[in-house]
Parts: sequence; structure tokens; C-alpha cells
Amino acid sequence: MSDGYSILVDTSKCTACRGCQIACKQWNGLPGTKTKNEGTHQNPMDLSFETYKLVRYAEGTHPDGKNYWNFFSEQCRHCLNPGCMAEAEKGEIIHDEKTGAVLFTSKTKSLNFETAREGCPYDIPRQNPKTKEMFKCTMCFDRITNNMIPACVKSCPTGAMVFGERDKILADAKSRVEELKKSYPKAQALNPDDVRVIYIVTDAPDKYWKFAAGK
Amino acid sequence: MTNHWIDLRNSDCILVMGSNVASNHPIAMKWIQKAKDKGTKLISVDPRFTQTSARADIYASLRSGTDIPFLGGMIKYLLDNDKIEKDYVVNYTNASFIVGDKFDFADGLFSGYDPEKRSYDKSLWAFVKDDKGLVAKDPTLENPKCVYQLLKKHYSRYDIDLVSSITGTPKEDLLKVWETYAQTSSKDKAGTILYAMGWTQHTVGVQNIRTMAIIQLLLGNMGVAGGGVNALRGESNVQGSTDQALLFHILPGYLRMPSADLATLEDYKKAITPKTADPMSANWWQNGPKYAVSLLKSFWGEKATAENDFGYGWLPKLDVGQNCSWLNLFDDMYNGKIKGFFAWGQNPACSSANAHKVRQALGKLDWLVNINIFDNETGSFWKGPGMDPKSIKTEVFMLPCAASVEKEGSISNSGRWAQWRYKAGNAPGMAKPDGDILADLFVKIRDLYKKGGKHPEPILNLKWDYVDKKGHFDPHLVAKEINGYFLKDIKIGDKEYKKGDLVPGFALLQADGSTSSGNWLYCQSYNADGNNMARRKKDDPTGLGLYPQWAWAWPVNRRILYNRASVDLNGQPNNPARPVVKWVDGKWVGDVPDGPWPPMADKEKGKLPFIMKPDGVASIFGPGLNDGPFPEHYEPLECPVPSNALSKQFINPTIKIFKGEKDQHLTCDPRFPFVGTTYRVTEHWQTGLMTRWQPWLIEAEPQMFVEMSEELAQLRGIKNGEKVKVSSVRGEVEAVAMVTTRFKPFKIGDITVHEVGMPWCFGWITPKDGGESVNLLTPNVGDPNTMIPESKAFMVNVTKIEGGSKNV
Repeated sequence: MSDGYSILVDTSKCTACRGCQIACKQWNGLPGTKTKNEGTHQNPMDLSFETYKLVRYAEGTHPDGKNYWNFFSEQCRHCLNPGCMAEAEKGEIIHDEKTGAVLFTSKTKSLNFETAREGCPYDIPRQNPKTKEMFKCTMCFDRITNNMIPACVKSCPTGAMVFGERDKILADAKSRVEELKKSYPKAQALNPDDVRVIYIVTDAPDKYWKFAAGK
Repeated sequence: MTNHWIDLRNSDCILVMGSNVASNHPIAMKWIQKAKDKGTKLISVDPRFTQTSARADIYASLRSGTDIPFLGGMIKYLLDNDKIEKDYVVNYTNASFIVGDKFDFADGLFSGYDPEKRSYDKSLWAFVKDDKGLVAKDPTLENPKCVYQLLKKHYSRYDIDLVSSITGTPKEDLLKVWETYAQTSSKDKAGTILYAMGWTQHTVGVQNIRTMAIIQLLLGNMGVAGGGVNALRGESNVQGSTDQALLFHILPGYLRMPSADLATLEDYKKAITPKTADPMSANWWQNGPKYAVSLLKSFWGEKATAENDFGYGWLPKLDVGQNCSWLNLFDDMYNGKIKGFFAWGQNPACSSANAHKVRQALGKLDWLVNINIFDNETGSFWKGPGMDPKSIKTEVFMLPCAASVEKEGSISNSGRWAQWRYKAGNAPGMAKPDGDILADLFVKIRDLYKKGGKHPEPILNLKWDYVDKKGHFDPHLVAKEINGYFLKDIKIGDKEYKKGDLVPGFALLQADGSTSSGNWLYCQSYNADGNNMARRKKDDPTGLGLYPQWAWAWPVNRRILYNRASVDLNGQPNNPARPVVKWVDGKWVGDVPDGPWPPMADKEKGKLPFIMKPDGVASIFGPGLNDGPFPEHYEPLECPVPSNALSKQFINPTIKIFKGEKDQHLTCDPRFPFVGTTYRVTEHWQTGLMTRWQPWLIEAEPQMFVEMSEELAQLRGIKNGEKVKVSSVRGEVEAVAMVTTRFKPFKIGDITVHEVGMPWCFGWITPKDGGESVNLLTPNVGDPNTMIPESKAFMVNVTKIEGGSKNV
């Protein structure tokens, strides 16, 4: 018996090529927004109703003087119990049973955006300021229900992102973390029991992104 | 690449130096990750902590322009600790060769230097030969004049303290890299090096690569799976364009470009045919005349006859010693010696070092034809910043061309795989494939020559049958021409070939005019088996990822070059776990071997493995290069230190220094105190000509930036994200300051040296506020062997912008 799908994002294999970020824009027909360089390679600076997938960059120096540069290819985690849905009682947000994808519909216009956003442990929902409709990653619902893998996963050259049946992904995550622990004692999968988009990190989650493991 | 992309997965240690593979060749990381999955160590050596460094097991920093000390120190480490593959070194390299008494090295100079000509008399570096012409050798490697001992002596000066004081690399990091890489001296371990423009774009560019080649030979890493010296090419087909003689000094297939002193075909054949007295040397280039005559037959068909030297006289000739490389070409253009210029698929107004001089040079032309898929800073130079269109006489023509996916043909990747591509769609509007533009041009030019003109024969006699019935360029006809044909019925051995048959492989090419081939290296790419470049079979019989039925690799589908160096004298793999080739029951199995001969244990028929070298062995001592037979450290033309810590010779003594008004450079000058370097980003391709129009990419990397350390930012009072001015003696650009922990100041002896880095993907045409080309800053000085500009190490200043530095 399948338990829907999951995506594994193994940050230890991510090179920040940003293929996923661009592929997401391409598949979803999202525009390139006007940006400026704000002193980091990260751009856009945040998710938006036009940016569902964003590679976040975090850098610094470890106590031993060695550099780190962490890449966190962020998207909706597609929670098993989505916090954004708390007040969505009229089908504004759909939790697809078969895939497990959490989908914002055009009815999200009528939801209280702040409540939905605050309800999300990962600060994912974004709103079109004009139409008030809410947007985020759809797990490429139109692709995964048509025998294709999500566009971001498809674009990933290193295997940092893998899509598949949830039980298989959970097993992969577990064995990968075991493997990584030999070199990185802090290696862990982030909230694998709660989310479908499971991140593996090798350092403290807040060294990637402040909400990497939740608010 | 001596090896190929997939082969990276076979490596036990991957050194990335002079390259940022994760950013610039992102797909390569697929194979590197596969290697890492099985425990391979990834080492990143770079002035800046890069995306590659972020994934590396070991990172070491070094000041730009100090790769030779870093690697020279590694050579010393390998020799001091006997971390070499001795059988390999003795049997397959020139380590045992005895060098003549006239060779010497003192205080940074090799013997034979002429300071007026800024060049060496290389005859002083010759090997000792006996009366039969055989090189004297000492297989014990003990003779003080043998290459091995000279190497040891040369690099004895590169001790770790001195190296660290030049490179700025902490000693423990140097040792960690050396120790880790040295582990590949074991026969069952392979190490590979990935490099790119970070090594080539220096006044010691060739010698950077030579230093690593020496290391690879000492470790026995050439010819093996997971080894090799691997140049990551910067464009999808730059390997193909080089093979096909994009450069001025070669004809297709790396045949030497004739010079005026080689008046006849006989002269030329003699000049391109190396001699060896060693019966064990295959000396493959002795076949050069066959390839040259086949090329002439390809150019001029039936008009090329034995009586007229197969049209050799129609080939253009270089003046003796003439160098027509990029920097000289634009110097000539600047000085008004060049009247017309085709800028074909390029953007020199942004890509060229000292781009300001290039932009001025374009204004000296009568005409400029800009062939590209977008308008660019080159075609529109006349209306660029600081230009007065009214005062520029150059007439500019823009010819829109098809993009790569809008035409059919082959591309040759870094791994020498020629892969055939189909056309995905038609080019928009009036845009045409390059082949059609060339074909149209040629017909027009020929028509004009029919009416008269000087020296018309090369054009009027040219064989030209590459268009289809509708007059369109046909890539299949050209691909077959490149492969080559039999031009008459012929029997070779017991096999008969008919006139018009495609030649099966280059071993059958002839010097008597009975065969043609547009490029001998590609002979076999399109033959009776069909278009081998279009093959897409995924069989992998060796399990090494060679995929011999996928596309086609030159030469003769060999996937790993020099593979006969991967076996012992009996043809048995040095590493049985990853056999590339193996001698079994009287024949080779595995990859296509470097020639059919039996292993070297067969004293009569066996051959040495490095078949393209006249000696049959690889050159640890390289007496052919312009700046010395061993790599030696010299500071970049512009550098932050007042002297060379290794010798009195400050800069490479053989570089050409241009002396015009636009050719300025300043070294160790307080006005330009910081080292500058340049690089690419994943999101933009080369000068950004294609990618700066793409909204998703420009969203991700929107503006010219300069990366600098927190320490430097503090020194200059610069805040992260503010706009600053970066200047060199040649020009200035505005850039957004990226203050980062990924650059750290270098401790060079007693002084602190700061380095900054900038991408070269921006230009004034688009986007608005995107910024200008960093090449307005870079110096037009080149490597003495290749003349590639020193874009990777030069001196700049970084300052706040007075009266307002807020980013738009």
C-alpha cells in the first residue's frame, strides 16, 4: 500500500546550480521578477506568489576557522497535517489523498492570509497582493499525476533531489543519514514524520535557513 | 580531456584547481557525486571558497597566480617521500633520459636566454644521443644529469615554508592536499585533475598545466580510468572548434599551419614529420604527410594533383615566426592594420582582456560583420559608453544566425565525444544556420573572384559540394567530407575499396592523393557503418562507463587516451579492479588501445605507450616550450609583491609586453593594491550575451558584483550590497559589493594581500543597471606559448563611490 509521494532534498549533494529554481519558474509559467544584487548570490531574496522554489544561501565560518556555505533549496514541505489548512474549511486548500500534495486553489482569495501563513511552520504561503489569491509549490501536481516527476527534481544534476513513493523515500533518507553521520555527526533528516519534502542537513538546521526545521 | 566526464566516477581522488566545476560545469557534479558516494575525496584549491569548495572534503586557498609553487611543492613532497609509481616513471616517461651539459638553471633562468629577444635557444636543452640517434638513459634514475635527478634538484627549492609564503596557503592545508593526492601513487588508485581557465589564463598558463602533468606522470595517473589531465572546456563545442582548427597556428587535426619558409609540399612534409631512432617508438606523427595530403585533396578535390603539390601552394602561409593570436590581432586592429572583421559567435567587446582597447580597435575598422543570435556589445560598440557615433566610420552589418538547437550537426564535448544533434525547430525570421551563411558568402566571393582578383586559385579551385538541391548547407555532406573518401579504387592489404567509399579509419589514409579527409582525427566518425556520432546505444561492456556505442570519440573511438600506459610491460592492468585495456590471448580487450601493437615485453613488435611523442614516452622534461623545460614560478605581470621569493627573475622572462598607449600595466603599485580575478557564474554563459536576455536567469544573477573579504570591506568602509568602484590602470567598473567570509586575506611573507573576484558575464546592452564587463580591467598580456590573456591575476583598487553608493 502506497502512502503518497515524497521528495528527498539531500543538501549534502546540492551545488546551488539553481536548476530547480529555474525549472520551477519554467514549468509553472512564472515570471522572472525584478531583482537587484543585495550582497548575496541568493535571488530572489524570498519566496513570493511568483517564486515557489528558492535556493537559499547561508555562509560563515566554523569555530575551527573552516568555511561553510550551505544551500537550502526551499519549497512547500507538503505536511502530513498542513498547518495552513487550519481555517480552510470550504475547500480553499486541498490535501490530495492519493499524492499527499497540498494545493492552494483560487478560493484561497477568501482565506485570511496571515492566519494561513502563521499556521505554516515553515513560512511558505505567499499571496498575490492584487488578487489576494495564495500561492506555493504544488509538488508539480499536474506532472506527478501524469507520470512525470516534479520539474525541480527532473532538473537536479547531482541527485540532491529525489521524488518517489513516500515509504521508499523515508527509507532512503534513513540510510543516507546513517551514511553521512560517519563524516558529519550532526547529519539528520528534518521532520521526516511530519512532512513529505524531507531535507537532509549535515549541520545545525539554522545554519541553512532560520525556518529550515520549522519556526 | 584525456579521459571523459563519466570517467570522473572512477577516480579515487579528484583535485579541482583552476576550475569551479560545480558552478561552471554543473552536470559534472553528477559523476563527482557518484565518486564521492564510494568514498572518493574531492579537493578544491581556489582563491575563493566556491560552490565546488562547499562540496569538497578538503579546501585550500591560494593567491591567484601561484599555482606553480603550490604544485611544485607537491612535486618535492612526492619525490622526498618516494610517493611515485616507479615502474611507470621509468618505463613510460622520460625520467631516465640524460640531458646534455649545456642545460642549466640558475636564479630563475634556464640556459640559453637572450634578454633582447626575450626568448631561449632551446637547442641547449637537448638530450644526449648516441651515434645512432638514440637518447642516453639511466633506468636507475641515479645519473645526476637524468631528468629525474634534474627534476628533484629543480623542485628542491620549493620547500613548504617558502611555498606557503608565496601562495598564502596555510602549511597544514598544503600538506593535507599533498598527502591526500599522493595516495594515488598506489597502483590501484587513480587521481584526476579538473582545470579550466583558472589555470590557462596566466602568463604561466601552459606551465601550470605542465606542473600537474608531471605530477600525474609521477603518480602513474595517465591512461588509467579515473585519472588523466582533464581540461573542462568552456563551451559545448569548443573542443570541436579546436579540433577543426579555430586557432591560427594549426590546420584541422592539429596539423601545423605552414609558414612562408616551407615553400613546397616536400618542405612541409619534412617539417611535420618527427624522427625517432627508437624502434620501440610508434612516433604516430610520422603519418602527418598522409593526413596533410588527404586534407589538401579534401579542400581542392580533383584540382589537387601530385604535379601541383596537391594545391599546397594555395594554402595561406604564416610569415616565419608570425603569431596571429587574439592579443596580436586586436593590437594590429587597434593600429589600423586590419580593415575588416567577422565577429562570428563571439563578443570581444566584453570577452577580451583590456576590452577598452578592443572597443577602440573596432572603431578603426572599415567594416564589421557581427554574426550572432542577439545584438551585443560588439555589434553595437559604436553607441556604447564613451563612444561618439559620429566620429566612428566602421560600417557594421548584423547577420542573425540560428541558435544551436535550430540546426543539425555535431558537437564535440570536453571528453572528445562527437555527438550528433538533430534540429529542434527552425530559426526565427531571417536567421540562418552558420553553415548557410558561410555557403552563401562563399558563392558570392567566388563570383567576385571569377571577375578578377589577386591569387584567385584557392577560391576558384575549391571543391564545393556541400549544399543540397535547394542550395542549403548539408551538415551530413560536410561530416562525410571530414571523415574522408577513397578517391579511386584501391586495394589495401587484402581489402578492396571503391572510389567514393568513406574511409573506415585514419590508418587507411594515404599520402598519394588516393584519399581525402577534412580532419584525419575524425576519420571513422561517419563511414560505412553510418553516422557514428549519432549512435545512442547504452552498452557498457567494461563497466567503466566508456559506452563505446554512444556517439563517437576521437581518435578511433578511444575513450581514455594513452591507455596502454595503464598496463604493465606484459599488457596486464596495473589496477585489475579497473582495467581499461588488457592483453588477452594475443589481442587487446577493453577500450580501443593506443595502437594495435603487442605489449612492450615483445621486444620486436611492442611499442611505447605515448605514441604521439617521438620518444614514445611522456615528457616530464619538456624541451619544446618557450619558457623552459621545467615549470618555474614567476609572478603575474601585475602582482602584489615586490619580488619573486624563488628567484631574481620577477616575471616570466619570455612574455610579450605590448607597449602602446592602451597597453598599460602597473605592478606592486599602491594605487592598485588588491589582486583581482575573474570567473563565471552558473546562470550566465560567457559574456552573458545569450543569458542576459533571459528573465529567470537575470532574476537570479542580476548585476555585476565584486566579492571581497570582510577584512577588506572594513578597510575600505564598504557595506555589503552597496555599489563600489573597481579600477585598474586600464579602466574602471561599478559593481555591487558582496562582502563574504569566502574570501580571506592572504598572508604573503610579512604582508597581507587582499584579493577580490568578479564575474565577466555583464555588459552595457542589457539589463539596465546590470553593469559593465570586468574585462575593462584585465591586462592584455599573454602566456608565451599560447598568448592566452592573464585574466585571472591582475591588480585593482576598490573604493566607495563618493556621493552615493546606493544600489538601484
